[in-house]
Formats: sequence, structure tokens, C-alpha cells
Amino acid sequence: MIHVTEETRSSGPVAAERAGRAGGKASPGVSDAPHPGGRGVRSGAGFGRSRVHRLLLLAGALGLLVLLCALSIAVGSRQIPLGQVLAVLTGPHDTQIGRIVWDVRVPRTLLGVLAGSALGVAGAVMQALTRNPLADPGLLGVSAGAAFALMLAVGVMGMTSLYGYVWFAFAGALAASVVVYVVGGLGRGGQTPVKLALAGIAVTFMLESVTRGVSLIDPQVLNRYRYWASGSLAGQETATILQVLPFLVGGAILAVSITPALNNIALGDDVAAALGRRLGRIRMRGALSVMLLTGAAVAVAGPIVFIGLVVPHAVRALSGPDQRWLIPLTALLAPCLLLAADIIGRVVARPQEIDVGIVAAFLGAPFFIALIRRRRLAEL
Amino acid sequence: MSAARERPRPAHHGRPHHDQPHHDQYKHRPGRGSTSVIEVSRVGGRTAVRLARPPVSGVVRPRLLVTCAALACATFAVLCVSLTTGEFPLPVTEAVPALWGGGDPGARLIVQEFRLPRALAGMLAGAAFGVSGAIFQTLTRNPLASPDMLGITQGAGVAVVGGIVLGLGAGLGTQTLGLTGALLTAVLIYVLAWKRGTTGFRIVLVGIGVNWVCVSATQYLIVRAKVYQAQEAVGWLVGNLNGRGWESARPLILALAVLVPLVLVLSPWLRALHLGDQVAGGLGVPVQRARLALLCAAVGLVAFATAAAGPVAFVALAAPQIALRLAGTARPPLTASAVTGALVVLGCDLLGQRLFPDLELPVGVITGVLGAPFLLWLLARANRIGSGG
Amino acid sequence: MTRTSSSHLTAPSGAAEPAGPELRASGLRLAYDDRVVVEDLDLAVPPGKISAIIGANACGKSTLLRALARLLAPRGGTVHLDGRSIHAMPTRQVARRLGILPQSPVAPEGLTVVDLVGQGRAPHQTWWRQWSSADEDAVTAALRATGTLEYADRPVDELSGGQRQRAWIAMAVAQGTPILLLDEPTTYLDLAHQVDVLDLIVDLNRHEGRTVVMVLHDLNQACRYADHVIVMKSGAIVAEGPPGEAVDAALVEDVFGLRCQVTTDPVSGTPLVIPMGRHHGDGRAGGRETA
Repeated sequence: MIHVTEETRSSGPVAAERAGRAGGKASPGVSDAPHPGGRGVRSGAGFGRSRVHRLLLLAGALGLLVLLCALSIAVGSRQIPLGQVLAVLTGPHDTQIGRIVWDVRVPRTLLGVLAGSALGVAGAVMQALTRNPLADPGLLGVSAGAAFALMLAVGVMGMTSLYGYVWFAFAGALAASVVVYVVGGLGRGGQTPVKLALAGIAVTFMLESVTRGVSLIDPQVLNRYRYWASGSLAGQETATILQVLPFLVGGAILAVSITPALNNIALGDDVAAALGRRLGRIRMRGALSVMLLTGAAVAVAGPIVFIGLVVPHAVRALSGPDQRWLIPLTALLAPCLLLAADIIGRVVARPQEIDVGIVAAFLGAPFFIALIRRRRLAEL
Repeated sequence: MSAARERPRPAHHGRPHHDQPHHDQYKHRPGRGSTSVIEVSRVGGRTAVRLARPPVSGVVRPRLLVTCAALACATFAVLCVSLTTGEFPLPVTEAVPALWGGGDPGARLIVQEFRLPRALAGMLAGAAFGVSGAIFQTLTRNPLASPDMLGITQGAGVAVVGGIVLGLGAGLGTQTLGLTGALLTAVLIYVLAWKRGTTGFRIVLVGIGVNWVCVSATQYLIVRAKVYQAQEAVGWLVGNLNGRGWESARPLILALAVLVPLVLVLSPWLRALHLGDQVAGGLGVPVQRARLALLCAAVGLVAFATAAAGPVAFVALAAPQIALRLAGTARPPLTASAVTGALVVLGCDLLGQRLFPDLELPVGVITGVLGAPFLLWLLARANRIGSGG
Repeated sequence: MTRTSSSHLTAPSGAAEPAGPELRASGLRLAYDDRVVVEDLDLAVPPGKISAIIGANACGKSTLLRALARLLAPRGGTVHLDGRSIHAMPTRQVARRLGILPQSPVAPEGLTVVDLVGQGRAPHQTWWRQWSSADEDAVTAALRATGTLEYADRPVDELSGGQRQRAWIAMAVAQGTPILLLDEPTTYLDLAHQVDVLDLIVDLNRHEGRTVVMVLHDLNQACRYADHVIVMKSGAIVAEGPPGEAVDAALVEDVFGLRCQVTTDPVSGTPLVIPMGRHHGDGRAGGRETA
């Protein structure tokens, strides 16, 4: 009902190009590359999305990310001239500026890059898996699970260390998403995108209700929860960030490994099966990748999953629906939005800071709505 | 006309030819329906009932009727329990007369001033959430599209939390603020989704974007707030009927008295729009106007309900889906959704009051905790393959 | 398909039949966003006849049909129904005179066939009169005529493609309008059911005097079943008239870019288009041969 395959209907030339490619692979008469990745993208000059065009996009995104990283290190209550950022980074750590940079700004920037990439990639994978343009990485109940676990840790077990929160939130995120995945596959007909979405929403509502109920009774829980829930890149140590890094890397590797299959799934379950894809396994790997990426990112940075819904849509408008370009580009551009939001949040309300999730919403939502209005959308 | 017409084509062999002039076909056959006062007939599993005079007719769906009746009975039973139990238990023989001003003054005070308005506010808010969710889900043909997913209740949340934290228009009270916030957000979503007309799909997407902004704005206000303010804000955001009196129930009664008949009058349009814009247009529905009218009614319902009870989690989304599965219909049935919503909110509020002796839980906590597993259970045993929606 | 008789295809009471429904378009300009599809098109639908719109993919056939059914507002020009501008008329009044079946509509999940077909009666129903005997007669007749009566209580989304398509046609038939616009009514149907549906359309036309305009892909079916063909190429009408006069090899080559021979259908006596393709034929452009 809601799985509109917008990607497959929109942007005629690209869709046609992709369909042609898949069709060529599917027909036994065409003796072409049998390997699953398929041939390279046809660099048709008429399409305007040639390999060169996309490489330029990729290079541009990388440049933008590097620039924003530098800005993120430079901007703050104590400004560092942009030209000196490199010098400070390579210079001694024990000066005053060196400490600010290495203890505050670098972890913050690192977290922005990692969390942004993770959420963006998870969103792209989620949308491809469910063929639902409304799927965000929190759809599996990840944020609600993390919040619930946080509530348990603070309210029930009386935990106070920041280090402990992260692991609790991560465990909660994983547990909730496993529950959603299993419940979404119960019943006749097995797993369908709509069932998965409804199960995710139901579990999210249930956990949120409990979290809110407890936080109403216990002000201490509320206090911790409300700061976490607005999403922030600040206040984490590099050590904590590095500890969740293996999970992020694992999730990213899984995401990359199923990318060619996601291209086939975009054409429909039956076509993907006809092209030799094992849907169950790919769905499982995709879901696992989303769980790892989103769980780790949300545990450290808070529930800023909307980034994962919006950025893949924006990137799709730039690069076309080919997942092999979409995922790397999203991985570069999602942290750009997050870092930009973080920098703006530091600057606009000095000396206070506005949390990154809030700025990202005010930055991203108008863009998202403009995008919706610009494109001709498929009807439901 | 080509010569082919004179030759009998194979498909027409053995069939009687009808040579009567075609306008006979359009004439109402006399004799049917006019001989008896009431007529009952069955076509394709549907039972139709017709009165000869006045010319009233309709289709009867037994399962839907039974579902509605059973839900109504259950709601009435819960209402009786909520009127009779509590700190001062009253027997039914005292509580019911007290409704009409009978019985002793003490019972009258408890029933009329404390229990009845709260129960009414809960029931009516639940019914409003149910109907509004049913309209949204039918218009968009999307089971996830409910006013709390599209940012309308979150708009109310921004206004109310803004009132609590910043003191903006705090004199108006949460009720007026919530109402204004919800209505303004709805207008904003509609305007942003308008581009030579709207589509259900575009409204959903724009609603999600607006929802994101509203949630973030609320979050920002809560973070900025002092702890007691934050607690008050979260207390409202979760959906709460504690201490609701006639001042909450009365506007809701008025709103429902106007909007529910309006929705019933518009329901033929809703039924046609469920088939999609193209088909509905072909059936003579003014698509844009019909959608706008239905959205206005649905937004009005949810705005008044939110103003009275706060954004009670999950009811607008789950009540229509539960009613649909209980009644076995293709789209969320309006009446059954209303009764389901009323039962859910009333029952959950009662549970929240009575579950712990020294602690009153807000109704929104209970609806999420109980409603979600029920919906999951319905999902898991859905027998329509590949649907679940 | 079990079709016993088409004599019960009853249409609404009360509507006094005018001389013949008249549908005409003048100076029509149609566009999606900024893309103009049809420019300055004039058309008069012959009343009481079956017209078929044919043409290559994306030539504006469906767009024209949607505009004739007031589902698409023209950027310029007008569509007139019985002498009145169709956009100035109350849309419900239009729906009692003109029915349309859009291209491959999707039924909501769980909706039964009889409920879907019953929706066709919406323009004739009032809030208190939801199922009059006229409604029931029209729905039963439509179900019977399309052979969908036997699975009337099954959900549409559980049916096969062909059954589904016939349920939708039944809905349009039940609407009981003097004018019926059909966008590719034979999609999803096997050959036997295609012929059945087209025969049904002829029945509706012959016995009830309904005017039919349909978009068809199969040239030979269009030639056989239509009294009047409207040939479109890139948004303009290039030929119009009885199929025997309008369709010839030169036209098919012009419109479809396809070399072919046109001969005479041995069953109906109408033109029969036989495409040549790259591997057959002797390379010369096919001429019209008469049997």
C-alpha cells in the first residue's frame, strides 16, 4: 500500500538506463558480464549523469566535507583562523589551543562525520530494502529502544557514568530492532514492508510511552533523557567514539556488500529473485547493517535519525538511483549536513549552543519540502 | 458504419436480440419496491434494505453492526465502572440516577462534577481521534498516515510547550494554545503541499517534514526549560486526562456535535476517494474540494481532542486499524473507529487511575503500552497475504 | 465468461434521454507541468457510436481521454458536453452523463468486487438512498454482463489480473452513463476475454445506445470493433473516420513507423494490419489489398 517504488518510476532516463542494464543481465541471450555487480554504468553522454559527472560530484562532496571538518575545528567560543587549523592539528597537544582542539573539537567533528555517515547510509539501505520513500533508519525501533535502555540505566539501575550510557543505549537499540524484525515477519505472508513499518511504529510507540511514563515520575531520568533526545555531538570523548567504531565499520561493510543486490531489489522482489538474489539473506544483512550503524550512531549522538531519511532523497536527485553511487555520496553528504548544523548551532545562540538535531531539522526540513514540491511524485 | 456490422459475429450467436428502443433500459421498472413497505435483498454477499416510502435504502453489513454494538456495550460497561469506582465507591443504583440529578447530593457532586466530565472528555477525545485517523488513513490509503505522524498534534505540542516554557500566550491556557497550534500546522502542511492541487502522497511527505520541525522545536524548548517546566511539558505531551472537568469536555462536545454529522454527510466522498483521485473524479467527486472538506473536518476533530486531552499517543493511528480488522472492512469504518477510540481512551484512563493505588498514570502511557501489543497481535494474524495494511 | 444476457443493463431512472449525448472538444491544449502534450486539438465524438483512439505510445491518447472526462483541466480550449462547458457543470451531473475507466487503477486492499461495482452508483445515490432497486439492478446487470457475478464477494486484490480488470469495467458499466470512456479496457486480459469485453462494449452500444470512446493498442481490434477511429500522432489527430476509410498502410507507417500490409479481416470485413518487421516481407512498403 505504501511501498511506492518512487525510485523506479521517477527520473525517466536513469530508470530506463537501469532497467536496460538489468534486462540485459536477465536475458540469457546476452553474453555479458555474469558477475553480480553487473556492468559499469553506461556513460551515455545524453544522460547527463555520466561517470565523470558522478566522480565530480563525489570529489565535490569530499571537498565540502573536508572544508566543514576544518570549520568545525576552527569555529567555537575560541576561534582559530581557518589557515591555522592544519598547523594546530600537527602542532603540540599540550598548548591551550592544542587541548581545546584535541579534547573538544576533534572528538566532536569525528563524531559528526561518523554518525552522519552511519545514519545516511543506514537510511539509504532502509529505503532500498523496504522500497518505501518514507523509511528512516529509526523505522526498526532503534531510537525508541535506545531511549528505553537509557531510561532503564538511569532510572532503574542508577547508572551515572557517561561511558555506561552508550553501551546501554546500543544494546537497547539492537534489542528493539531485533524484536521489530521478528514481529514484522510473523503471520501469514511473511515479512512485507508494510508489516515491518507498522511493527516498527507500534514498538516505537510502546517503548516511548513507557519511557515518557517513567520520566514523568522520575525527574532525574527526564533530565538525562531530554538532553540525549535532542541529539548532540558534544560531550563525548574520543575513546568512547573509537569504541563504537568497530560496529560502524562492520555495518558499513555489510551495507557495501549488498549494494549491487539493492539495485536489483529496486526493480521488485520477483525481478531480484529472477536475477539470482536470495532475498531473505539480503534483507537480513541489510537489517543487520542498519541496526549496527543506527544503533551505534544513536547511542552516542542521540536520535537524529531524520538525517537518514532526508539526505538519501536529496542525493538521489543529484546522482540518480544507482545504489553504488548513492551510498558513497550519502556517506559523504550526510555528515556535511550534520557538521553544518553543528557549526550553526554553536554560532547562532552564543554563548549558548543549540543541539545539532534541532538545527538539522530547521536546516533540512525546508530543503526536504522544497524537494518534494519540485518533483513529480508517483501517486499512491 | 462498416459492412461488418450486418454480419452476425460469432460472439453473438445464440443470444436473443433486443430490439426495444434504448430508453426503455433507462426506465425505472415499476412494481419493484413499491409493493411492500420494506424490502430486503441480497447481492454478492451484501444485504440491502429498502423502504418504499420515504425512499430510504442502504446496505447492511452484519459483522460491522455486531462489532459496533459490541464495542458500544463494552464502552458503556467501562463508563459505568469509571462512574461507580474510585475513592468513594458508588453503587450503580446511585451513580446512574445521579447523572440526571437524582440521588443524594454527595453522589451527585462526585458523578456530575468529577467523574462524568472526565469520562466524557476521554470518550469524546478518543472518538475524535478515531474518526480523524480513519479519515487520514482513507484519504492517503496509508495505514501509517495519522494526525500524529503528520505533525498536526506535534504542532499543538509546540504551541503548548511554548506556552509553558516561554510563557507565550500562557494566559490563553493549554486548551486554546493546543487548538491554535494544531490548526495552524494543518494549514501550513496543506499550503506547502499545494501545487496545482494536492495529492494524498504529497500531504504525507510534507507532513513528515513539518512533523520533524515541530518535534525538534518541542525538544529544543524542553531542553531550554527548567526541570519543573520540562516535567509539565512532558506531562502534557504524553496525553493526560487528570483533573479534566467540564471546561475541557464542553468545547469537545460542541465540536463533535458539529463535526461528526459533517463527516457523516461527507462520507460518500470519502468512500469514492478511497478508490484514488482518478476514479473518484470520474464518479463525480470534486476531488480537491472534497479532500479539503474532509481534511478540515479531520483536523478540527483532532485539534479539539488534542486541546482537551493532549496528544494521546497512538489512538488516532491504532483505533482505525483495530476497528478495520475487527469489522473486516476494506477501509477504516468511521463509526467503529469512533467507538474503538472512545473505548481505548476511556479504558486506558480508568486503568491509569486504578492500576497503582497511590499513583495516577497519564492515559497516553497506557494507550501506548496496551494498544501497541494489540495492534502487533492483529498484524501477526492478518490473513490477507502481503497486506498487513 | 458466463454472460447470459445483456438486456438487464439498466441505467438510472429519471434521466430523460436527450437526442444523443454530445461530447466535443475545441482548441484543446493539454500539459503536465511545463510539458505540453496536446496542442490546439478539435474533436467531435460521434454520438451513439463506438470510437477508438489509436496511436503510438506517448502520443497523448490517454491525456486526451482524461481531458474529455474533465479529469485533466485543459490549459486552453474547452470540452463541451451537451453544449455546456464540462468544467462549468457540477461534476456530479457530469458523472451521470459520462463515465470513465482510467488506465490500470488500483483497488484498495480488501475491497470486494460488489463494493467496488457499487461505487459506480455513487453519482446516483443520495445520503439516505444508498441502495435503491435501480442501483441493485444496475450493479447486478453489470456483474452479470462482465462475468464477475460469481466472485462478487471476493476482495479485488486477490483476483487475477483479468478478473480485476473486468471488475473495474463492471464499475464503469454500473455507472449507467450514456457516454463511456475507457482507457485500454483490454489490458491484462487474455485473447478470449479481450473479445468478450469488446463484445460487451458493442452490446452496450447497440442495445442501450451508449456512446463509447476507448483507447486501444491493438489496431485490428480497433478496426473491427470501432465505428470510428481517431488516429493520433505526437499530440495531434492525423486521421479520423470509419476504419475502412481511415486506416491504410501509409498511415500505419506514418504513425507507428512500422512497415506493414493492410488486408481485409476475413471475419469482419474491416482492415487487418499485418506488420512486416525486419525479418519478413520483401522490403517494399505494403499496399492495401482488398479481398
